[in-house]
Amino acid sequence: MSIVGLFFYLFAFVLLASAFMVIAARNPVHSVLFLILAFVNAAGLFLILGAEFLAMILVVVYVGAVAVLFLFVVMMLDVDFAELRQGFMQYLPVGAMVGLIFLVELLLVVGAWVTAPNINAAIKAPIPPLSQATNTEAIGLVLYTTYIHYFQLAGIVLLVAMIGAIVLTLRHKPNVKRQNIAAQIARTPADSVEVRKVKSGRGL
Amino acid sequence: MNVVVTSLTPVLPEIVVLGGALVLVLLGAAKGDRIAGIMDAACIALLLIAAVLVMAVPDGRFEVFGGSFVFDGFARFMKVLTLIGAAAALFMSIDFWKKEKLHRYEFGLLVLTASAGMMVMVSANDLIMLYMGIELMSLSLYVIAAFDRDNVRSSEAGLKYFVLGALSSGMLLYGASLIYGFTGTVSFTGIAAAAKSPSTGLVFGLVFLFAGLAFKVSAVPFHMWTPDVYEGAPTPVTAFFSAAPKVAAIAIFVRVATGAFPGIVPQWQQIVIFISIASMVLGAFAAIGQTNIKRLMAYSSIGNIGFALVGLSAGTASGVAGVLIYMVIYMAMTLGTFACILAMRRNGKAVEEIDELAGLARTHPATAFMLGAMMFSLAGIPPLAGFFAKFYVFLAAIEARLFALAVIGVLASVVGAYYYLRIVKIMYMDEPKAPFEPMAVPLRVALGVSGLFVIFFFIYPAPIVAAAQAAAKSLF
Amino acid sequence: MIQAIVFLPLLGFLIAGIFGRLIGARVAGLLTSTLLVIAALLSWYVFFNTGFGGHEIRLRLFTWIAAGGLSVDWALRVDGLVAVMLVVVNSVSALVHIYSIGYMEEDPHQPRFFAYLSLFTFAMLMLVTADNLVQLFFGWEGVGLASYLLIGFWYHKPEANAAAIKAFIVNRIGDFGFALGIFAVYALIGSVAYDTIFAEAKTLAGKTIPLFGHNFDALTVICLLLFVGAMGKSAQFLLHTWLPDAMEGPTPVSALIHAATMVTAGVFMVARLSPLFELAPTALTVVTFVGALTAFFAATVGLVQNDIKRIVAYSTCSQLGYMFVAMGVGAYSVGMFHLFTHAAFKALLFLGSGSVIHAMHHEQDIRKMGGLAKHIPFTYAMMLIGTLALTGFPFTAGFYSKDAVIEAAFAGHNSMAQFAFWMTVIAAGLTSFYSWRLMFLTFHGKTRADHHTIEHVHESPKVMLATLVILATGAIVLGFAFKGVFTSEDGITGFFRDSIFSANGHKILEELHQVPLWVKLAPLVMMIGGFLVAYQFYIRKPELPKALAEQQPLLYQFLLNKWYFDEIYDFLFVRPAMWIGRTLWKRGDGFVIDGFGPDGVSARVLDVTRNVVRLQTGYLYHYAFVMLIGVAALITWFLVRGAG
Repeated sequence: MSIVGLFFYLFAFVLLASAFMVIAARNPVHSVLFLILAFVNAAGLFLILGAEFLAMILVVVYVGAVAVLFLFVVMMLDVDFAELRQGFMQYLPVGAMVGLIFLVELLLVVGAWVTAPNINAAIKAPIPPLSQATNTEAIGLVLYTTYIHYFQLAGIVLLVAMIGAIVLTLRHKPNVKRQNIAAQIARTPADSVEVRKVKSGRGL
Repeated sequence: MNVVVTSLTPVLPEIVVLGGALVLVLLGAAKGDRIAGIMDAACIALLLIAAVLVMAVPDGRFEVFGGSFVFDGFARFMKVLTLIGAAAALFMSIDFWKKEKLHRYEFGLLVLTASAGMMVMVSANDLIMLYMGIELMSLSLYVIAAFDRDNVRSSEAGLKYFVLGALSSGMLLYGASLIYGFTGTVSFTGIAAAAKSPSTGLVFGLVFLFAGLAFKVSAVPFHMWTPDVYEGAPTPVTAFFSAAPKVAAIAIFVRVATGAFPGIVPQWQQIVIFISIASMVLGAFAAIGQTNIKRLMAYSSIGNIGFALVGLSAGTASGVAGVLIYMVIYMAMTLGTFACILAMRRNGKAVEEIDELAGLARTHPATAFMLGAMMFSLAGIPPLAGFFAKFYVFLAAIEARLFALAVIGVLASVVGAYYYLRIVKIMYMDEPKAPFEPMAVPLRVALGVSGLFVIFFFIYPAPIVAAAQAAAKSLF
Repeated sequence: MIQAIVFLPLLGFLIAGIFGRLIGARVAGLLTSTLLVIAALLSWYVFFNTGFGGHEIRLRLFTWIAAGGLSVDWALRVDGLVAVMLVVVNSVSALVHIYSIGYMEEDPHQPRFFAYLSLFTFAMLMLVTADNLVQLFFGWEGVGLASYLLIGFWYHKPEANAAAIKAFIVNRIGDFGFALGIFAVYALIGSVAYDTIFAEAKTLAGKTIPLFGHNFDALTVICLLLFVGAMGKSAQFLLHTWLPDAMEGPTPVSALIHAATMVTAGVFMVARLSPLFELAPTALTVVTFVGALTAFFAATVGLVQNDIKRIVAYSTCSQLGYMFVAMGVGAYSVGMFHLFTHAAFKALLFLGSGSVIHAMHHEQDIRKMGGLAKHIPFTYAMMLIGTLALTGFPFTAGFYSKDAVIEAAFAGHNSMAQFAFWMTVIAAGLTSFYSWRLMFLTFHGKTRADHHTIEHVHESPKVMLATLVILATGAIVLGFAFKGVFTSEDGITGFFRDSIFSANGHKILEELHQVPLWVKLAPLVMMIGGFLVAYQFYIRKPELPKALAEQQPLLYQFLLNKWYFDEIYDFLFVRPAMWIGRTLWKRGDGFVIDGFGPDGVSARVLDVTRNVVRLQTGYLYHYAFVMLIGVAALITWFLVRGAG
């Protein structure tokens, strides 16, 4: 067994084990930590495939941003997971059965796996060897040319997600004082100070 | 340069809608909700312009972006239908938002992006494009389902829709990757060339892919979100949900089935028959117990999708033509019905219970008549349009020798007639309640147009039937 | 042009029907009348242009139904035959519209009335301009509907409602036959378009339709079925019972629908389909027989009726019989001639009766009239012209057309022609008698009305009288002016051309001019005889009729009760049908079907519903679970069945 094979099985095993622990762990914080572990191992698998750009993106985006955000949310919200799990045993038999069926069926699929004979010809843009272009370059070459429409659409999807987040959460609270820098700078003495003559012995 | 412009012509409607959406986002961000009315008008105008552009594309089949986007007669028909549906739903919504003090410009924008997603779906010719279109549409829909964010039911609807939608997207992606794995390509044309005979893996992929699509059309057993979301979401959103997205989702369902899997028709036929029967039966039975009219419409739409899928299960050009005709008529009926539901307002508040319609015939005879016509049509009673919708799909099923399916369908529509006619009975026989507020003009227009369409369809159905047949032919 | 003729009435209907309350009674009446007058003038133009100018019109509007091999168009087809009908329908309709402005003045629902009238006109025009059987049927049912609505116009009157329903149901029997006929045509020829049918008709000769173990000649069966439809619409013997009752409707309606236009639809249809009927001599014999029998039967019943409108109604029935006689012996243009002149003088008689009724404050019983000539001299003069035309006084319209029918019957070749000849001659005498009886009882002698009524008798408004003048002119001149067109072979070549077909090249038109002199004189003699008898009975010895009635009570009762047709039908059909209905309702439906069917089934349905709704718990994970189970079930299905 080559060293690559060894690492493949290592990453794959840890990935599956930590994925299982994500749903099995009692403490939600532990779940998120296992999730991070799973991501890292998936990144390892990408590395073995020679897709180092994807591996790094996975670490940066999923581990660095998404999972850490999850961690914050889980720690800040006081979710009683024990209570959520109460129905667990009740549904376990049915759930286990469905899961088992899926497992068996997937095994059958894997058993029937045949690589299409024309698979190499069918792949439109194979990854060029490192000597010709770096991984990032290779992705860029297709992403901004052949697949530009996917890219643009994905951008729109993200825009919609952003709009959605704003629509659903941004509130203008009437009682909160906010800075309006332009207005503040534009103020002149004329519209902020009023000079009154006060007669002696009287108030305003 | 000229060549580039020409080759992008089929995508022009999408570009116009998305470009317009980007401009409007900036405009809205700058001016805020004060210009919500203008923004809505602009969105409607954009949708209609896009519809005109779609119709302006010359006849024939065009493939853009290396074959991942296709424009043909089918795409033209379905895009025009979705765009009209979206524009109509938006048009009907304005009054509601104003009265509920929720008038915000983002709604029009999200309808716009959702419509763009639907157009992409309708024209998708590979699995990635399909996924992008579905996500663009779904994400917009999740947000507008929760648009009334201070309302618990609305937020809950949005959240439920989002979580289950994510699950369905997962299934769809899983199916897509299986299919890719077994055929080596994501392009529908390529899949059709590779998938000449069914293999276990391919059928697995097919099941998962169809599960994802069935979720979008809310077919049983992937329908569970529908009643809760329909009931919880603000009424104009529900109206929108039940029209345009359904049309687009059915369109992609048809395109995937006929475009990517012509080699394994018996396999997908079985799936479609199953979900079709399940939807018809569940839609008919479950609706009977409902008291909330929006929830009732949810089950009604489940049932209707079941009927539409009867046409697809025939797997023939005439079956697909039946589906298209069904969707046209269904959209008219559902929008007309929702125009009435949106008009159910008393003392400044929207009411949603079916009993509130009691005696409508005496307080608002014209509305009651139109709603009655919609209900009779939904029940499939000739000579209203709904009868022809069912007629064409059942005819296709019988031609394809799917007798059991047709019989079950007819029985289900008999059961379904019960709850439609119950509404008519409540309107015409029960003691009247206090009258509703006067109906807003856009709702009158929408109800009038759809009502006339439904009532007088039988006089001159030829143009729609011919267009649907031509559109269906472009797939085979 | 032709579009304007056909669709102006529709426009009038839509405006008066939808905006009637908005625009008010006066505007609705004036508007629909104006539209109809325009349509009538245009149709006279078309009449000359198409008939004499030879400009036939075939206009396909659009495809109505295209399903499989069945293709039906909305089309307008105008040839000589249709041109005659266009003129008749639109002219009478326009006059009736105008007349109604005066007649219906006090009615609160005038817009509705005018809307119905226009709707009727539109449907009638669709009927005559059809170029296929289905459009013909559309118009056929359309006029039936309009007739139902108009008979029952005063829907608060129970008799009017009953009459409307009766008209509708009796017509339905005819329509059933008619529809079967259309089905048979389509089944055998595969098309419903006239041109195709006529071209293919010859190939049907000798074909048979197996039915109840016998083989019937296909063409005969088709033609007889179609003729059943014509019998219903044109109130022929056995299916005539609705027409007298239909007099419950407003009088202008009777003039338009139940005298001039709708009831002649059957006659028109036979002429229109002459290429079929000519190939089925047996059917033509039946047509002759039924027509002759109706002509005689209705005239006998007319002798003793007392309601002014019913007398005219039976007269219509009888005259329709004449038309069918002409059709039956193959003299289609002669039948159309009688249709044409009859429209004028019968509308005149109805509208004149309307004027009398109007004057008498809605009194219709002629026993309570008398001596009205000096009170309403103008109406009297008009009625007199109508009566002269109806009885066939020399040189009036009826003289030419009726005599032509009788001569054609004499010259006819089928086995019923002689029977028809004698029947029509006798009926001519009876016609004369009942017509003069009506005139004498209404206008002559001493008045029998109470003096309160007689003091208020007044001439009708000018707008009504003006229409009477126009119709009276028609009743006098139409026969003389157009006899060449309708009764000579030149008329066929110069006017009708291919629109009517005769297997032996219209030989009968030549033959009918060569009948012996006594045949030509027979109707005239009968007419004079009828007049003299009536004069004797009602002017010279008014006590005579009563004595005769007492002397012959059986005959009198037989006639007065209209040969007991209503009673026989009531016994044979109505009561058994009611009994069956009641039994099925109480025993069959209420006990058996409801008990085990709907009530039982609906209870089960509700059970199912309860269970289904319980699935919808509202919990997300339940929903997700259902989805997963669905996928698992589908996959398992495929694995168990084998993916292939």
